[in-house]
Amino acid sequence: MSYSLPSFLIVSSLLFCLGMFTVLTRRNAIGVLMGIELILNGAGLNFVAFSRFLEPTQTANLLSGQVFTLFIIAIAAAEVAVALAIVLVLYSQMKTIDVEDFKDLRG
Amino acid sequence: MVEPQTVKNILWLIPCLPLAGAVINGLLRRRLPARLIHIVGCASVFLAFLVSVSGFITLVRIEEPHNRLLIQSLYQWLLTVWDQGRFSLDVAFRLDPLSAALCLVVTGVGFLIHLYSVGYMAGDESQGRYFAYLNLFTFSMLLLVLADNLLLMFVGWEGVGLCSYLLIGFWFSDLEKAQAGMKAFIVNRVGDFGFFVGLMLLFWTLFEGSSGGITGLGFDQLTEAIPLLGSASPILGVGVATWIALLFFVGATGKSAQIPLYIWLPDAMAGPTPVSAFIHAATMVTAGVYMIVRLNFLYAIAPVAMTVVAVVGAVTAFYAATIALTQNDIKRVLAYSTISQLGYMFLAVGVAAFSTGIFHLVTHAFFKALLFLGAGSVIHAVHSNDMQEMGGLKKYMPYTYLTFMTAYLAISGIPPLSGFMSKDEILWATFNSHLSIPGLGKVLWALGLLGAGFTAFYMTRLVALTFMGNFQGGPEKEKHLHESPLVMTIPLMILAVLSAVGGAIGLPAVTHLPNLLHDFLSPVIGGHGSSGHEIHAYGLEVLLMVISTGVALTGIGLGYYFYLKRPELPGQIKARFAGMHRLLFNKYYVDEIYQALFLRPVLKLVSLSGRFDLQGIDGAVNLSSRITAKFSFLVGWEDLTIVDGAVNGLADIFKRWGAWIRQVQTGRIQHYLYSVVLGIFGLCVFMLLF
Amino acid sequence: MKEIILNLFILLTVVPCLWVALSSNIVHAAFSLLVTLFGVAGLYVLLGADFIGVVQVIVYIGGILVLIIFGVMMTQRGKLLPLSVQLPGRFFGGLLSSIILVALILAARRSKWPAAASLGEPEPTSAAIGDLLLGKYLVAFEVASVLLLVALVGAVLIVRRSVRGE
Repeated sequence: MSYSLPSFLIVSSLLFCLGMFTVLTRRNAIGVLMGIELILNGAGLNFVAFSRFLEPTQTANLLSGQVFTLFIIAIAAAEVAVALAIVLVLYSQMKTIDVEDFKDLRG
Repeated sequence: MVEPQTVKNILWLIPCLPLAGAVINGLLRRRLPARLIHIVGCASVFLAFLVSVSGFITLVRIEEPHNRLLIQSLYQWLLTVWDQGRFSLDVAFRLDPLSAALCLVVTGVGFLIHLYSVGYMAGDESQGRYFAYLNLFTFSMLLLVLADNLLLMFVGWEGVGLCSYLLIGFWFSDLEKAQAGMKAFIVNRVGDFGFFVGLMLLFWTLFEGSSGGITGLGFDQLTEAIPLLGSASPILGVGVATWIALLFFVGATGKSAQIPLYIWLPDAMAGPTPVSAFIHAATMVTAGVYMIVRLNFLYAIAPVAMTVVAVVGAVTAFYAATIALTQNDIKRVLAYSTISQLGYMFLAVGVAAFSTGIFHLVTHAFFKALLFLGAGSVIHAVHSNDMQEMGGLKKYMPYTYLTFMTAYLAISGIPPLSGFMSKDEILWATFNSHLSIPGLGKVLWALGLLGAGFTAFYMTRLVALTFMGNFQGGPEKEKHLHESPLVMTIPLMILAVLSAVGGAIGLPAVTHLPNLLHDFLSPVIGGHGSSGHEIHAYGLEVLLMVISTGVALTGIGLGYYFYLKRPELPGQIKARFAGMHRLLFNKYYVDEIYQALFLRPVLKLVSLSGRFDLQGIDGAVNLSSRITAKFSFLVGWEDLTIVDGAVNGLADIFKRWGAWIRQVQTGRIQHYLYSVVLGIFGLCVFMLLF
Repeated sequence: MKEIILNLFILLTVVPCLWVALSSNIVHAAFSLLVTLFGVAGLYVLLGADFIGVVQVIVYIGGILVLIIFGVMMTQRGKLLPLSVQLPGRFFGGLLSSIILVALILAARRSKWPAAASLGEPEPTSAAIGDLLLGKYLVAFEVASVLLLVALVGAVLIVRRSVRGE
């Protein structure tokens, strides 16, 4: 693929959709988390790619997309910390991390 | 000898050595053996004492008195620069004659008390904590004394308050003792608030008044800037300088236990006795006096504030002495005595005899620390604070007895002991003072003299009940009576010598010998101070000396007559003047009055607003609900028949729908995720189609 | 040359990513994710985002992924869970994902992106990003820091309570 915006967009779409597939089909709660990481990476890659190819070449503006990616990484870190804590608690209480078994919130 | 430059560069060691001791003892208190804790605790203060001594010698060796000033600036604490000027504060230590004198007292007496504590606290499980607190206190006190600017001084000021709280509540498992600590802390906060408001008022006045403002809060800078206060516009008809001086004095009444904020000090006796000797007699409670002397340039332009200081001091001196007459707890007697003696110091600074105030501070540190330590030694033997369970200890504890007697004679004002010298100089200065109200000086002098008589009387009573007569605590206890170990009696002896000859640093003018302390302090006090020496009315001075000695002897004589010669008399008098006795015994009911005046109204207000909530608001709500209920009753029958039918039908429909829709909520995350993805999918389709 | 490196990194990203999605072994998935994240870091660098690339390596690979692998280790005792029992679930998931993928790829290829005015050589970005974070995006930056703190405390609290509860 050539060094152009669409190539990067396709890669990020692949990341996003594979992440989504993982999230939808994994039974392992940690697997679901990995899927979410893939989705977030897809989004981050999108931001950086757009900031590279689309923005006017003023350094300050150029980097806005990159700053967004930074925030995405920060949020991902927070999310993983909390999510893993929840998974560990669930595991210690229910002795499983199979998301199929977590249906106590049924209406 | 040491060069001034070297000493200047090691000034920081004076406060930081005890701090290091506090850190070591605080962190390793469970690891270190008791012996090592003692060594660290005592050695750190002793080394600080040695540094202070070298600083003192260096100061004395500087020929020109006005050059006797060493300032070490450690680092810049804060700095603000703007277009019109700058404001900066340094963490800087200042060694001038005043702080040098105080440093010697704090580290010297402090070391003796640390040493004494080794014996007194022996066997206590938390000695590490005790020595850590005591060292921390020494650090804060030295910070207060050595600080070169008001804000740093305030840090030390708060620090000593904190340590005082920690040490009063040292045995915190005892609720009463923990509460005494809290009381001290809270009452001190009231005073500290005054200090802080004064500080801010001073800052803003100087800041605005001089267009561009002061460049710092250092004492030299303040001295230069203080005339500007005179030009500031008065607040509520009172000059700004007076306001600031009064606010600072509020801080002093809190820390130094003066009327009306003295109530914490008697309760503070719940702490270990060496703590009472160190913090609540020799050092911390004198911080207020030190602060006023340090700010003498401010008080010099606020004569009204000076008068207030003098009056409060004299009244406290007299008032606390009367309470001390009836107390039975040996430490409480000494506590009220301390309040009374602090009153004399404030009287001295109030009549502009600043160096005399410091003189009394120093001698009082010696003899009151000795009295407390002696009392501690007694308590150590008897295991009780109640004087009615003591008596006849003379023969069991000879060293304690002898040293205690020295301090007793000193505080009673028997010449030529130190207490006589300083107290007499205060009375002399008061008699000669020029306060803003004519004749007030003489009244205050009379009050002080009377207080001195009471002092002699209650001290005689204390000695008589404790050391003379026969032991009253029962034969079982009598068997265990013993003299305290050497580590406790040696500090007593050293302090006894100091109490006896300490007066030599401030000889009265009539002796035609130089008043060493006054001359030494004169650069700090400047032209404002007077110790009465300017007025060379030797005849009058001698006359006043004779009068006060006579009063002291009368007090002692009366005490001797009442408590040794005719021990049945006090009981009779007590019965005769039962009301008076009860008033004094209950300390004029001041605690109860404060309770009624401040605490109760607050509680009342709380319960009142609670009641308002219950009755007012709830009542209104209830009333409206009752009206609504009546109204709805009228509407009710119609409601039942027509509206209800419709509503029930509707509710039924919703219920069925709800049961159906409810199935959507499966509780499985991935089902929810599907719906999210379906949403995205729908969005894509929408975007593609339209 | 550049294209080759680019394609290399794309492969490095996409192939392990497939593995993450399809592997039935969660441990393999976790290590594949590591490679994917590394590939994405490479893509960041190729896009001139050197700082982000480094952050990706340090935070994602060094922090998040290690956490995830820890989680895997702590919860995998004995049997590994198969991918999914419900075939319909897998089928639907695959269908939906591929439809969206197709839509996205079509959108990426067909859209008329503004022609990139000559791409300058990438410059170092850390200083500029620092300026932006403490200037234009200061509020967001602070909020993010608070969020991280809250997440940290929250995570500790959640786990601790369960430990206490037992």
